[in-house]
Amino acid sequence: MSENGHESNGGGAATLTKADFQSGQETRWCPGCGDYAILNSVQTLMPELGVPPHKTVFISGIGCAGRFVYYMDTYGMHGIHGRAPALATGIATSREDLSVWVVTGDGDSLSIGGNHLIHALRRNVPIKILLFNNQIYGLTKGQYSPTSETGKVTKSTPFGSEDHPFNPLALALGADASFVARTIDVEKQHVRDTLRAAAEHPGAAFVEIYQNCNVFNDGAFDAVRGKGGGPNQIRLEHGQPIRFGEDLEKGVVPSRGGGLEVVDVAEAGERGLVVHDAHVADPSHATALARLTESPNGPTPIGVFRDVERAVYGHERQGELEAAHAGASLAEVDELLRDGDTWVV
Amino acid sequence: MQLVGDRFTAATAHVGNDLSTLPDFPAEIRAPAGTPGGVSAFQIHFASRDILTPGDHPNTLVAMNPAAVKAHLASLQAGGTLIVNEDAFTDANLRKAGYESNPLDDGSVDDYQVYKVPMTTLTTRATDEIEGLKPAEAQRTKNLFALGLISWMYGRPKKETIAWLETKFAKRPAILAGNIAAFKAGYNFGDTTEIAVTQVEVAPAPLEPGEYRNINGANALAMGLIAASVRSGLQLFFASYPITPASELLHHLARHNRFGVRTVQAEDELAAANMALGASFGGKLGVTATSGPGMDLKAETIALAVATELPLIVIDVQRAGPSTGLPTKTEQADLLMAIHGRHGESPLPVIAPSTPAGCFDAAVEAAWIAVRYRTPVILLADTFLVNSSEPWRLPDVGALPEIDPDFAEGPNAGDEFLPYLRDNRGARPWAIPGTPGLQHRLGGLEKEHGSGKVSYSASNHALMTKLRAEKLEKLAEELPPLEVNADEGAELLILGWGSTYGVIGAAARRVRNRGIPVATAQLRHLEPMPTNTGEVVRSFGKVLVPEVNTGQLLSLVRDKFLVDAVGYNKVEGLPILAEELEQAILDTLGEG
Repeated sequence: MSENGHESNGGGAATLTKADFQSGQETRWCPGCGDYAILNSVQTLMPELGVPPHKTVFISGIGCAGRFVYYMDTYGMHGIHGRAPALATGIATSREDLSVWVVTGDGDSLSIGGNHLIHALRRNVPIKILLFNNQIYGLTKGQYSPTSETGKVTKSTPFGSEDHPFNPLALALGADASFVARTIDVEKQHVRDTLRAAAEHPGAAFVEIYQNCNVFNDGAFDAVRGKGGGPNQIRLEHGQPIRFGEDLEKGVVPSRGGGLEVVDVAEAGERGLVVHDAHVADPSHATALARLTESPNGPTPIGVFRDVERAVYGHERQGELEAAHAGASLAEVDELLRDGDTWVV
Repeated sequence: MQLVGDRFTAATAHVGNDLSTLPDFPAEIRAPAGTPGGVSAFQIHFASRDILTPGDHPNTLVAMNPAAVKAHLASLQAGGTLIVNEDAFTDANLRKAGYESNPLDDGSVDDYQVYKVPMTTLTTRATDEIEGLKPAEAQRTKNLFALGLISWMYGRPKKETIAWLETKFAKRPAILAGNIAAFKAGYNFGDTTEIAVTQVEVAPAPLEPGEYRNINGANALAMGLIAASVRSGLQLFFASYPITPASELLHHLARHNRFGVRTVQAEDELAAANMALGASFGGKLGVTATSGPGMDLKAETIALAVATELPLIVIDVQRAGPSTGLPTKTEQADLLMAIHGRHGESPLPVIAPSTPAGCFDAAVEAAWIAVRYRTPVILLADTFLVNSSEPWRLPDVGALPEIDPDFAEGPNAGDEFLPYLRDNRGARPWAIPGTPGLQHRLGGLEKEHGSGKVSYSASNHALMTKLRAEKLEKLAEELPPLEVNADEGAELLILGWGSTYGVIGAAARRVRNRGIPVATAQLRHLEPMPTNTGEVVRSFGKVLVPEVNTGQLLSLVRDKFLVDAVGYNKVEGLPILAEELEQAILDTLGEG
């Protein structure tokens, strides 16, 4: 038994293909939804990971993203609103031979399920959490979500939302997530590269995926989602100076407040640019990157913000417990019952 | 005081008496000392005959301060023995207890045999030479003085208690020495003092032959779950969130990694239920436990388990509600919630143990039903059952029912695997992740009969609703019939469920001693009920349903069987007393 389901497919049987991961159930998202692109990327990536469908489990909550599990020909459970990380914790901690993925949305995991998300990340449960962030409630037809910008006008906020939005990555980092990344639905190669890194990470991986809801919140990510990424997209690469813009004319440097800020490279000079380090133990660097902008309209990093190793929840003990259980006999139960004071009549 | 009570109980079990206990303590960890609301009490009823309840009125009350007299004197049997720590009856303590004058002097206790013992002084004297024992620690050993005194009174052996102290305080020699000194001082005080109370000998009870131990409901539940895990070959996965009084179960199970038990203290009640269900999906024995308020939160997950048709055991240690209610006091008021407390048509089996030792069998049976029928099962215990203890004749573990997970291993319809194709009991296959070729998706959305695909079809929903309900009908056919203990010519049936078993037996015994025939029956299966239940309740002219709620089984019985049953109901956070129920029986029969 190997960790996270990484093993060959039934002893070197036929190579896996994308079709092995397609369930055949009719896909029912709205035409043009960003979810289609993500599903396609995931189904394309899965065979490359070498984990067979029967060793893979997808767990979801409620919302448009929740339907994802029905379209994957893996084991799956479409659970309750917000509870997917808890369901997944149950299966991942008791079955370390499986590769367990959670698909969730901004309402599902940042509103009704916020508690389960932060605790799964804190514990470092071996699950891969894909948060489809469209900054809106889609399935309930267009109310503002915990990632909608302040002032958002929706059916439930006709005079504009008064709420301050969550920054999902900063939240995950605050919960001590050991792997934090962001990608964008239509950037197929980037989605696959990011999810592959998440799959290879031994603990909890948190990936925010900007996902366009073309019906209720169309264009929310246009500033970073346009062809070629647009002028605001910052591609993070470990070990590389952080630069962006059509001619890489912008860069990131330490700010006076202890965070990071955007400067013109021409003014600041190349040597002052921050070099991205996804493996540094201190989460300050990743947090500063997550805080570089509070909305996808400003300069927005994508890629792996943080990828560090720490103890994986459950892994140390599950093997021992399974062995203990397998070796336990009714005679031992009998001993347990007789443990302590007994007397014979 | 709870510790002293437990120790006296162990010694009492050891000499072979039958017994029943009632621990009764406040919700606060350090409740205001010296006030009637802060009194921690422990009641034990033991005899050389069979014992059914913790007793209505103790013969002996040991009161460590005026507040204890204030809180419990009324329950002491008229003419009973009152032993008080005389030193504690100071002006300040009397005021705190709400006394304007000292009850020991003003005639309040004239109806009792009163023994004033200066326990604090005697304990101080017995321990003052012990090196390293702080004055505050010496003070606390006076409970052991009281234990020593009543151990002498009732002939409980010293040896086991001293051995127990030696284990408990092995690493703290000064405290060990203090406790032993106080215990012996109390014992010797009884043995030598001139104002000695009478010593009582209680011979062993004529119990059925076998090997016995003393057990409370919480420990019995834990052992039952472990036995079910080993019997079924399913690793036990137990997730819960700390809540009084169900946390005891988590504490017991967390120690048993020897049996491969995985326990998780979840972030909340919802997570605990979901983790257990997730583990069940993975092929484990998923269990979660809580008390009333936690059940409100688990409802959504229990409904998901109904929809996904996965085994799940949910243990509810009922306590007085609504909301936070009385967290340490007992009640039986979650019955209707267990059966009906979810949106939609959401049927599931509900079982309830009748005695502390019966919690073991109930846990095993819950696992048997959950696995066999691929369903969540709610086990309704209560605060009284989990805290109370009694002698338990150890079962033959080899005779436990077979619990066969019967995991699906391959296609079940030609080349195909249909996750909602049912067997003749109506149960669907349990195909666990890792099994090649059986990938399928479960979930809360309605599924198509057979294929398990998402289905919005109206007729399919009607069919699935019917099939889910039919599983319970099939289960009912497998359940043992409701047993009735009826006297010839009995006109009245006393029908109970759960922890009222003891008091119903005790009250019926009293009525029978008056020469009045009655019948008793205790439902252990509340949903579905045994198939003969209707026949039983209809065969008596009158049906009385005693419950520690306002009439929940009563309403089920009236509704299902159209009988004019009446209730006897009490919601005071404590079990019904035998004398109260005796009176209710006589009133119902028109003999009161």
